[in-house]
Amino acid sequence: MPELGRAALVVTLGLSLYALVAGAAAAHLGRRRLARSAQNALVASFASTAVAAAVLLAALLRNDFSLEYVARTTSEALPTVYTISAFWGGQEGSLLLWLLVLTGFGAAAVSMNRAWARDLIVWAVPVFAAVATFFAFLLVAVASPFVTQPAPPDGAGMTPSLQNPYMLAHPPLLYLGYVGLTVPFAFAMGALISGRLDERWLIATRRWTLFAWAALGVGQLLGSHWAYVEVGWGGYYAWDPVENAALMPWLAATAFLHSVMIQEKRGMLKVWNMLLVILAFSLSLFGTFLTRSGVVNSIHSFTESSIGPWFLAFIGVVVAVSVGLVLWRLPALRSVTRLESPISREAAFLYNNLLLLALCLAILWGVVYPMLSEAVRGEAVVLGRSYYDFFLRVFGLPLLLLMGIGPLIAWRHASLRSLGTTFRWPTIVALGAGLALLLLGAGSSVPGLVAYTFSAFVATTIVMEFVRGTRARKALGASSWPSAFTSLIGRNRRRYGGYVVHAAIVLLAVGVAGSSAFDSVAEARLTQGRSMTIGDYTLTYRSLEERQVANATEIRATLDVRRGGRDLGTLQAGKNAYTIEQQVSNEVGIRSDRLTGEDLFVIAEQIDPDGSVYFRVFVKPLVNLIWVAGLVFLAGSLITLWPDRREQRRLIARAGEVGLPATPR
Amino acid sequence: MTLALLLAAALTVVCVLVVALPFLREPEPESDELDELADDERGRLEALEARDRALAALKELEFDHRTGTVSDEDYWAQVGPLRREAARALQALEVAPQVSPATPRREDQPTRERS
Repeated sequence: MPELGRAALVVTLGLSLYALVAGAAAAHLGRRRLARSAQNALVASFASTAVAAAVLLAALLRNDFSLEYVARTTSEALPTVYTISAFWGGQEGSLLLWLLVLTGFGAAAVSMNRAWARDLIVWAVPVFAAVATFFAFLLVAVASPFVTQPAPPDGAGMTPSLQNPYMLAHPPLLYLGYVGLTVPFAFAMGALISGRLDERWLIATRRWTLFAWAALGVGQLLGSHWAYVEVGWGGYYAWDPVENAALMPWLAATAFLHSVMIQEKRGMLKVWNMLLVILAFSLSLFGTFLTRSGVVNSIHSFTESSIGPWFLAFIGVVVAVSVGLVLWRLPALRSVTRLESPISREAAFLYNNLLLLALCLAILWGVVYPMLSEAVRGEAVVLGRSYYDFFLRVFGLPLLLLMGIGPLIAWRHASLRSLGTTFRWPTIVALGAGLALLLLGAGSSVPGLVAYTFSAFVATTIVMEFVRGTRARKALGASSWPSAFTSLIGRNRRRYGGYVVHAAIVLLAVGVAGSSAFDSVAEARLTQGRSMTIGDYTLTYRSLEERQVANATEIRATLDVRRGGRDLGTLQAGKNAYTIEQQVSNEVGIRSDRLTGEDLFVIAEQIDPDGSVYFRVFVKPLVNLIWVAGLVFLAGSLITLWPDRREQRRLIARAGEVGLPATPR
Repeated sequence: MTLALLLAAALTVVCVLVVALPFLREPEPESDELDELADDERGRLEALEARDRALAALKELEFDHRTGTVSDEDYWAQVGPLRREAARALQALEVAPQVSPATPRREDQPTRERS
């Protein structure tokens, strides 16, 4: 039923356009029913987009190759789960997912905040609608997933590297993150246009921003694990432009989540927060543009397409209009207080913001430089890994340290003497850890050693905060230590959930430092029965097998693994030759040591007809901490995201006090 | 094809009805004006925010002092100004124009019975 899909998208376009025009007119003229009608149009646009999505999903599951999109992204032999993931595996489907999530989030955000931020929502609706109109227009006029053709006997299939379970979660999570950043943007613009610059737009969007940020973070970690186990180059992050495209809005959102606390607690940084929201949203659009325009050569990007100029124009309009609105409202965005001391928690947050922004802009420069150099000099000059690694060390290491300093400094002003007392234990532990690691040989990489030392500092501050907080709760009347601990988190989920996220970043830093600064690599061509060594490991090439599966021929080399004379079993590495896609993929062998977090990582680079194999082997210390960090990050994010009934009651009471009748939803 | 077009037509009709619902439910409302906050209400809202901000800061300082995150010296340097700030916020709220709490607004009134 491609006609139904096409019609549903046209209906979405009409509804979005109506919500934009009627919503803006209603807000400007002060018309209540028209405003409500525009809100209903936004909700209805979600329903019509869902119909279009259902039509595409049904066509994928039925292998309806009369749809160009289905024929291009799937085949008869493709397993069902990957047929489902083909929904977002191609350009048009991923744009449809963008629109579906956008209209869904828009409808939900409007419904959830209607009770106490009604006057703000009136202007947020046309902003949501403007973004939805753009995507609906692309899907109707430029990149429709419902273009038909005479059905071929089979489809072209899916890129082998995308045939991986991670592809079921990684792209949708990134979309949830990208699109989720529309919510704070829409409310911020609503607040600017309406002049309602009180706290409500921040409160209305806080959890949405956290959700988008958490989804982007988890999505990126899943993507890193996918690259590690599937792409087969021996790493998890390549500073690829499309990987950076997801990292940049995450960094901007991280800066916003910290600086927004200063606005809430001190009434400062209002302009800065607006600019960060605009930056995060613009970078999420820029990321979508990078992935879909074909301007960059990346394993993650889609082929060159006609939507690039549309995206670029839209990003230009978004930036120009939103910055114009900030300038227009500049007098109303003045801070009510000033920074009292450079040694205070708000100052630490400000330094953290500057470092995050500097890192974000350095990455942005690295991404756009090849495009600019090509435009100016006719030759794309790519900034390599060393460029990004340099800025990661310059900005990332101080950021890591600040993560430990910030929570232990008082708001407003902290005396130097109290700093000495507060930081005594974290400093002793960090210096002790650094010295011990130096004696153990970690001095071979100074940045790695510094990262470990700072991580020890931050970890100590986190433990101290939990211990002191639990002790205080117990003294305040908690019946037991566990109840004191849960009450500590329950009463301030944002703060203590934030510490859990900090713990995740510490694990990430230790994992990244260990696996990149202290890794080792060995290469050798082996015939059967021959061995190679790397570190304590000895690998002996035993056999080579070939087997046929549904959509590929699998070739696997089996190696015996020994460490220090102890037999650790076997490991397989090889290649898959995909029949329909006519592509070959590396299938790496990984042996993880759960106790130390170390991986033995084997790539069968080249398999020769005589049965000899050219192996590349890595030992990556502590790499598994990166994936553990993902779980801890998720736990911390869930704690901060968990609804806070006390806060909800307070907001509703406050709304009631000014005459906004608020019904709890 | 025909079924698809019928479904598309049905979808369009439903969406149009949803969009038109506010006008269908209230064809002749007493007032169609948006429920905006008046200047005095906005002033009061800002005063309430300032009060909550000051009280929350005081509460956090007390807790941080109790846990030992904030030293005695920093605590005594800050608690006075913060208490004064909270008192000022409460005072500002008292002089701010009172707004009748939770006056039923148009959007929350039950739909009028139509004959």
